[in-house]
Amino acid sequence: MTAPELTKPLPRTRRRLTPALRWWWMFQRISGVVLVVLIFTHLFYNLVLGGGVSQIDFGFVAGKWAAPLWQWWDFTMLVLAMLHGMNGMGYLVDDYARSKRARGILHLLLGAATAVIIVLGTLVIFTFDPCPTGANPQNLNVPLCQELGKL
Amino acid sequence: MSSKPTLYRGHEGMWMWIVHRATGVAVFFFLLVHVLDTALVRISPDAYNQVIGSYKTPLFGLVEAGLVAAIVLHAFNGLRIIAVDQWTWALRHQKLLVWIVWGIFVVLMAGFLPRHLARVFGGA
Repeated sequence: MTAPELTKPLPRTRRRLTPALRWWWMFQRISGVVLVVLIFTHLFYNLVLGGGVSQIDFGFVAGKWAAPLWQWWDFTMLVLAMLHGMNGMGYLVDDYARSKRARGILHLLLGAATAVIIVLGTLVIFTFDPCPTGANPQNLNVPLCQELGKL
Repeated sequence: MSSKPTLYRGHEGMWMWIVHRATGVAVFFFLLVHVLDTALVRISPDAYNQVIGSYKTPLFGLVEAGLVAAIVLHAFNGLRIIAVDQWTWALRHQKLLVWIVWGIFVVLMAGFLPRHLARVFGGA
């Protein structure tokens, strides 16, 4: 099959985006720039500094979330990344899902998955207990829990 | 082969467009899994450590390397897209910018991979 040929450029069409689509177009770019900073810092701190991936365990997470800065860092990253991903996947759905019904269902699924992950992630970050009672001290951040008087 | 122009450009920009979509989808699905695995810290320290422990195996170490590669490509190509939309200079030189994206990718991965793979395969 040969590609369709363009003998002359198509006339420029006035692109009319609805206000919502325009907002999302802008959001995708702004969140993208912010996410570059947030995610590269996240990767550098967790996977390059210290022991890299081998350092990550419950105690490591407890140590990070003891600082409100990292809690808000992760929260911002969670919300922006999920919305950016939802909108980006939405562009693919609009491009590849043929029927209106399929697009509707896929957009609904994307929205639901995004809402669930944002709510779950937010609860996890802000209700996190670094020293749960009855946990094996071997798995805890001992200096942190001693400082908090829980060990 | 006709010499007339077609819809399909087949050059740097088109391949990068495919890379951007593919890496975006991969990172999106990883993100879902990543929030779920992190949520295990609310179940128990032991549950979290067990699952995260599997991330330190050679197989997952390679998946992580692929994930970092996808993020780096998606991030810098995203910045290229913004630049091309924003500035005429960038629009004129969008092909050059594609090669700059690949250059940054190679440099960053060259910095990351040896350390990461040594940890994953060296058992450090």
